[in-house]
Amino acid sequence: MPEKRLMTINMGPQHPATHGVLRLLLELDGEIIVKAVPHIGYLHRGIEKLAESMTYPQALTLTDRLDYTSGLSNNLAYCLTVEKLLDIKIPQRAQYLRVLLAELQRIAAHLLWVATHALDLGAMTVLFYAFRDRETILETMELVTGARLTPSFIRIGGLAADIPDTFLPRVKAFVEEFPQRVDEYETLLTENIIWKKRTQNISPMSGEECINYGVTGPVLRASGVYYDVRKAYPYSSYEDFDFEIPLGKNGDVYDRYLVRLKEMRQSNRIVKQAAERLPDGPVAASDAPLVVPPAKEEVGRDIAALIRHFKIMEEGFKPPRGEVYSSIESSKGELGFYLVSDGANKPFRLRIRPPSFVNLGALPKMIEGQMVADVVAAIGSIDIVLGEIDR
Amino acid sequence: MVRCMAYDLLKEKFPEAVRGVEEFRGETTVTVDKGQLRAVLKFLKESETLLYDLLVDLAGVDFGSGSPRFLVAYLLHSTKFNNRLRIKIRVAEGAALDTVSDIWKAADWLEREVYDMFGIRFSDHPDLRRILLTDDFVGHPLRKDFPLKGVDFDKPFPVCLEEEKGNQIDA
Repeated sequence: MPEKRLMTINMGPQHPATHGVLRLLLELDGEIIVKAVPHIGYLHRGIEKLAESMTYPQALTLTDRLDYTSGLSNNLAYCLTVEKLLDIKIPQRAQYLRVLLAELQRIAAHLLWVATHALDLGAMTVLFYAFRDRETILETMELVTGARLTPSFIRIGGLAADIPDTFLPRVKAFVEEFPQRVDEYETLLTENIIWKKRTQNISPMSGEECINYGVTGPVLRASGVYYDVRKAYPYSSYEDFDFEIPLGKNGDVYDRYLVRLKEMRQSNRIVKQAAERLPDGPVAASDAPLVVPPAKEEVGRDIAALIRHFKIMEEGFKPPRGEVYSSIESSKGELGFYLVSDGANKPFRLRIRPPSFVNLGALPKMIEGQMVADVVAAIGSIDIVLGEIDR
Repeated sequence: MVRCMAYDLLKEKFPEAVRGVEEFRGETTVTVDKGQLRAVLKFLKESETLLYDLLVDLAGVDFGSGSPRFLVAYLLHSTKFNNRLRIKIRVAEGAALDTVSDIWKAADWLEREVYDMFGIRFSDHPDLRRILLTDDFVGHPLRKDFPLKGVDFDKPFPVCLEEEKGNQIDA
């Protein structure tokens, strides 16, 4: 009997299919992966530590840089946490706009995912279709937030500003068009024999395994587990909207793909409802003068408003002592913030629960025993963003 | 109500381990004694009436001074009954917690991160290495006494010129 020899190969951190700076050490027996060890932290910026040195409104800008494909979702999760601690009520118009923006952001993030994932597996055309529509979303969002990548638009207590008049017509036009666009991606992939061969029965996870590994988001739902924070702990008026949570059956790469495509259709439904039923009113809490800065016109007119504005910007505000956890369903899974306050104007501890970090922890389980060529498919199917994993 | 049920059941099963319960903004937090951590969490996961099967988060907090110095919070979710529960444990500096990575695989990386950032050790963890920082990093950055700028921020970066090494450089 010849001696069994294993080969260790290094994948990343500068590998295009690792979606950032993920490094994998793979131990191979021929083409079969015996052991996989992920190495992360190449993008560690110490966001949790930095947040402890910033006032609450300042720390918002850090959240843009977590999952940089969905800045608005991160803003929303952070603001909801601080608002829970402050116990303030957000006007309904702001809540609906938050939902609208967060769902547009989810579509944009999923489009980026389907584009790059298909590209990783050799289907290049999808990228051009998906990026065309993602561009429309980003331009629409730029109209409101002024930024494409780092919006910081959802603020503690509401929104930074109301939407311009041109926004809703553009959103409505997009919403009408988008289901046909998803059909287009589906014609390219869903019944594509090469796509199916590369994704079906690849890195399957059962529902119990996913729960044991703490996996959330589309990966968990592709394994047939019904858990979505939007339904489990509705926030920001999600209970007002009519939408379904798509589930998969086999928990393989193909099912994760199907779940995400269906999710885009559901997000589109939510955006449509929010745009149609958008109530009038203010976009920031009116009963929290120490948290929400006064409007620009007021600052120019009233010296007291000017001082208040300056105080909020300079010193922030002091929430009560206590600890809260609040989470949202981001495009990757459950994005949570655990905030410990000691009553000062800076967070005593801001723990970020990043969905990608926990989901990536299940990667070795997914790929051990599989072929080395399927690693790329498995990594892509989790939809990781290293900005969020490394923080 | 289920949330009270978790506390009542714990109180009944582990009378000397449960230290207290708080409710704040609709979240329930039960403080548990360090020694019984594993038994309590295993019970919460496996008890038919509670079934906290998803370990959502595991967070460390450093109180700087005060004793015990650290706090570790376990956030659990029950996919069947759809509710959350937070378990808090106070840890003194230098003390180790029991790992729960065999109860939830999710705890593997989460415990490694707490170790990396706070230096809290988890005994019997299968692979307790740093996760975000490099293996040769000194200190634990989320501790309150770790400077924000880092320890070597204002020290010059070690540069070794080719001339200093005695190598000839072609013109």
